[in-house]
Amino acid sequence: MTLLTFDGSWYGLLCCIFDVYDYKLGAVYVSADTHNQTDAFGSERIVYTDPEHAARVSKGLAGKLSAKAMGDLYACFLSELPEAPSLIVRYARAVFSNGLTENAFGNADLLKVTQIAKMVSRERHRMKAFIRFQLTSDNIFFAEIEPDFNVIPLIAGHFKGRYADQEWIIYDKRRKYGIYYDLQKVEEVQFTFSEGKINSNVFAESEALYQNMWKDYFKHVSIDSRKNTALHLRHVPKRYWKHLIEKQVY
Amino acid sequence: MSERVREKLRILADAAKYDVSCASSGSTRKNKNKGLGDTGSGICHTYTADGRCVSLLKILLTNFCIYDCAYCVTRKSNDIERTAFTVKEVVDLTINFYRRNYIEGLFLSSGIFKNADYTMERLVRVAKELRQQHKFNGYIHLKTIPGASDELMKEAGLYADRLSVNIEIPTESGLKLLAPDKDRQDMIRPMNYLKNEIIQNKEERKLFKKSPLFVPAGQSSQMIIGATRETDKDIMYTADSMYRNFSLKRVYYSGYVPISNDSRLPMLNTAVPMVRENRLYQADWLMRFYGFNVRELLNPATPHLDLDIDPKLGWALRNLDKFPIDINKADLQLILRVPGIGVPSAQKIVSARIYQRLNWDHLKKLGVALNRARFFITCSSREFERRNLSANQIKQYILSTSASKYLKSQPAQLELFT
Repeated sequence: MTLLTFDGSWYGLLCCIFDVYDYKLGAVYVSADTHNQTDAFGSERIVYTDPEHAARVSKGLAGKLSAKAMGDLYACFLSELPEAPSLIVRYARAVFSNGLTENAFGNADLLKVTQIAKMVSRERHRMKAFIRFQLTSDNIFFAEIEPDFNVIPLIAGHFKGRYADQEWIIYDKRRKYGIYYDLQKVEEVQFTFSEGKINSNVFAESEALYQNMWKDYFKHVSIDSRKNTALHLRHVPKRYWKHLIEKQVY
Repeated sequence: MSERVREKLRILADAAKYDVSCASSGSTRKNKNKGLGDTGSGICHTYTADGRCVSLLKILLTNFCIYDCAYCVTRKSNDIERTAFTVKEVVDLTINFYRRNYIEGLFLSSGIFKNADYTMERLVRVAKELRQQHKFNGYIHLKTIPGASDELMKEAGLYADRLSVNIEIPTESGLKLLAPDKDRQDMIRPMNYLKNEIIQNKEERKLFKKSPLFVPAGQSSQMIIGATRETDKDIMYTADSMYRNFSLKRVYYSGYVPISNDSRLPMLNTAVPMVRENRLYQADWLMRFYGFNVRELLNPATPHLDLDIDPKLGWALRNLDKFPIDINKADLQLILRVPGIGVPSAQKIVSARIYQRLNWDHLKKLGVALNRARFFITCSSREFERRNLSANQIKQYILSTSASKYLKSQPAQLELFT
């Protein structure tokens, strides 16, 4: 088995698929991590990212797969799971070489890719739901998130379309990058925070009032005689509570 | 001022919470005018402690009401705090919650003060102000007030994504008993009017793309269950006729939460019929997505759904002669009728079997609940259920292999001690 090391980008991964064919490789394990135990593999190869190669692979896949299946592959890549890159390369090889189509759910790799894509899609949907903006005193709506998967690329369009008339920032604390919308376009941003909680005077005066009203509303819309904690937790897992206004004490 | 608004929000959210509808899907309003918001497939922004979705800001405009319906908290004779929002307050709350990504939009209902038109006119004014002055493209669900004029209904339809009229009680006799001032015809008439307007609007939009949207997410309705002695058959037949006659998008079933010691109603500490409610929703889904006719699920011989097993399993056990079916050959319509197979797995099975014959292992990976399905299917394997089991035996096998989430509140067990 050959170990392929790439730069961790989507284009880099597409180049891995290119190289598999270019160098007629056998079974491969693909990883962005350079600290692999190379002894375990027969040989090792570093894949250099070439936009032209990536574009050719992308075009080739798009010719054989629907937009949904292409989206599933990209979502699977964004999962950042260690097995995802190898899985995607195996999927692509099955499509190119074995004439596999995207609906052959009997194929284990293919089913796995769709299942991972589903997990990522759930996280994407949760972020659309659980992001809570707070209005800063310079009139920017700011939100912090810590999603399980790197879903910012999948939600940028949604927020751009929806909040077209307000400036906003969504910042992924875990991956240390965010996106900023300046009323025209969405850009990637990075900043350094000092440790600890954000100072409350950064926020607009009215912010606390609306947060309190949201907490009031959340409390009063629940029916006590139907209380169902298990169901509540299934829909709003605890790891998301940190950034949900309604789950904070007054 | 803000303290007063907070107080109103507390009271009027409390009063609105018994309305279960919270859907924000079915409409595709795009943010074309560089305004605020859009609508799409619907997002639940949070869930309450009772596990229900919070998608819309669901409030009453006021809880003053001239009616005295026994099942309602805001009934005239109930001694509660009364208050009312101004149009501006509702608009301000909606916009500010929406901008912070708390909600998908507004669900506005109201107690009836003065008369139907007076109330309806105010509801319409909120929607109009949101759409026109604030370029708000989020979701708006308005409750239509029975008895309001056609002109107001029409105007409401131009601003709202969804309109709903609650049928309240599944049977006409039940309504007469609990809400003697209300007339079922007053609820049916607006539904019929809206249905015709929606059809007409669809025709217009085929000819003129620019003609305005009219209630793009359609209309819905709600019934309270367990407040009178209706059967599941009564409930589902009413629902079925509403789906067919008024092309409703959804019918909601709301288990009666005891709020009054009126002798016509279940007593104050009666449990909310949550399992029953769940079974009704399952039956509703079977009608809408699985191709079941309501008469197959409920008929004079079986006027109630089973509480301990789901309605699809119940149907299958009554119709064992239709099984087993071969997963690799049967039509999608038949596969959908197998207990333990949902719509997504059924579709996956039909796609996957083109490439290879499926065995138990494949089915498991595709998400089929084999503990139920295995009694009703055969696949590409020599193993299958060979014993000639009776319906009761199958039921016992399935119940013993599945830990019901409702076990604690199983009605049959409780009855032993009463």
